[in-house]
Amino acid sequence: MSPSLATDNGLSEVPPASPAGPPGCSRLRARPHRRARAGGTGPLGTGVVTIWLSLIVLLPLAAVTAKSFDDGAGRFWDVVTQRQAVNALIFTLVVSLLAAAINAVMGTLVAWVLVRDDFRGKSAVNALIDLPFALPTIVAGLTLIALYGKNSPVGIDVTYTRTAVLLALMFVTLPFVVRSVQPVLLELDREMEEASTSLGASPGQTFRRIVLPNLRPAILSGAALSFARAVGEFGSIVLISGNVPFKTEVSAVYIFKLQESSDNPISASAVSVVLLGVSLLVLIGIRVFERRGDQRA
Amino acid sequence: MITVENVDKHYGDFHALKGIDLEIASGSLTALLGPSGSGKSTLLRVIAGLEVPTSGRVVLDGRDVTNLAPQQRGIGFVFQHYAAFKHMTVRDNVAFGLKIRKKPKAEIKEKTDELLRVVGLDGYQQRYPSQLSGGQRQRMALARALAIEPAVLLLDEPFGALDAQVRAELRTWLRRLHDEVHVTTVLVTHDQEEALDVADTIAVMDAGEIAQSGKPRDLYDAPSSDFVMSFLGPVSRLGEGLVRPHDLEVLLEARDGAREAQVVRVVHLGFEVRVELLLADGNGTSADGVGASEPVVAQITRAEAAALELSAGDIVWVREQLGTRGADGPKAAAA
Repeated sequence: MSPSLATDNGLSEVPPASPAGPPGCSRLRARPHRRARAGGTGPLGTGVVTIWLSLIVLLPLAAVTAKSFDDGAGRFWDVVTQRQAVNALIFTLVVSLLAAAINAVMGTLVAWVLVRDDFRGKSAVNALIDLPFALPTIVAGLTLIALYGKNSPVGIDVTYTRTAVLLALMFVTLPFVVRSVQPVLLELDREMEEASTSLGASPGQTFRRIVLPNLRPAILSGAALSFARAVGEFGSIVLISGNVPFKTEVSAVYIFKLQESSDNPISASAVSVVLLGVSLLVLIGIRVFERRGDQRA
Repeated sequence: MITVENVDKHYGDFHALKGIDLEIASGSLTALLGPSGSGKSTLLRVIAGLEVPTSGRVVLDGRDVTNLAPQQRGIGFVFQHYAAFKHMTVRDNVAFGLKIRKKPKAEIKEKTDELLRVVGLDGYQQRYPSQLSGGQRQRMALARALAIEPAVLLLDEPFGALDAQVRAELRTWLRRLHDEVHVTTVLVTHDQEEALDVADTIAVMDAGEIAQSGKPRDLYDAPSSDFVMSFLGPVSRLGEGLVRPHDLEVLLEARDGAREAQVVRVVHLGFEVRVELLLADGNGTSADGVGASEPVVAQITRAEAAALELSAGDIVWVREQLGTRGADGPKAAAA
């Protein structure tokens, strides 16, 4: 109890009119001592978190999965293997993969410039990176239409093309790779590069053999996040793509049509579950990869 | 042989190196010793090519390398914080320079294994740097630098990040390694004990200039300035001059040139006894302390201390032992 006594003494000395008697501030000493382990929250915390996650995430996911099988497994299979559904899914995956791949390269370059180069307005550019993420996606779609739409001021019209979908996806997923690579690059030991140079490696060899392997986990997890985000993207695509079936229609928009236009919630749920599965696989993939990277770092 | 000719280095307004001239003999182990900010690391990095001098020349074995990139200089560089390639095994770390040089696989393996044996890391080939201790990582870094058979080996505070015991072990080990390998080595350190322990030659640096260079013993016995003297071991200021603690004589009665002092503290350090003294005229401080009120320190042997029967509060007389300073003291009197 000596630390608490010291506190009492300290407090009773502060007021000038303090009585000369024993410094007994029972008010402070009576404060109960928590028995919780340092850093832990105990069973209450675990319980709250479990309920919260169930309400917010697990139950809705379970509900949509259950709903998708309302007409039986055979019907589920029929719905998700319909030509339009399969086409939308394949297009979604391919265009998302492409966006992720481009992001992996360009995002790394952006992060590199932001970390290693000095130029005026750097902090402004740095702040700008998050804008596509913070922007409501429908606004993102509108901005793209304003520039590359029917009445494009630069004479480029991509509306209703697959290029438009890729463009929209690259716009909204820009921050992921940048933001995952940036901190790793900041922490990267510059002396490793100097050591590599002193051992005879050219700048290119140093980048390939030293820098890139150290950035690879961050690049891949950033790319995987942008892929996951792209697979589910709706708002920025829905206006500019025109949602042409077998051409520019992505799964998210297809689901929306099933639900709203065709009033077919069970089919919508079925396709949703497939998308859900894809996202889950990607997340598990990231985890497995990160774990592998952690083992030697 | 490393020749540094009239090298200047500016960082904006900061003049880091001021007209440095230095010759480092082939096969020697030279220490660049100085306080932080004295330019010793900058000088080492200029020799390595990791920094480009504002003016001046660097010549390695007769070859002007001033405008050569580091990878073309054939140097081995060891960093304070190891700069281990985290994503590679110990074997791949050491083999890196050889792989860059596209040596045959068998030769790389043989050479790597041999070097790991030399640095005492045999059997650690498959480990990652994160699985090694600091001392082991630095030995790996040394093996990596030696693998390319560099003309010169440059070490930037190589033991600075290690704890005292490992540091002492490693520097003894480095000295023995140097005696075997004979590669021209330059070591940057701020630790005078380390420099005195391992180096054949010491160059003491101060504020971007070389204050003095020479053999450790000459620097210790005949420092060219108060700065060099106070940097190469503890000193006390007694009146006008600086004096080393072990050059102070403690007497029980007034004698020629002795000053009256009061014993503040007597510390027994094994063989030696440290006596802290407050001069009666107040005209004495120990120069390594920041405050001027630091007591004068005298270092005497146990036997002397026993004979004097000193304890705190005693009044004694101190003077510099005659003939102990090589530079300005009368050397003849000592012999």
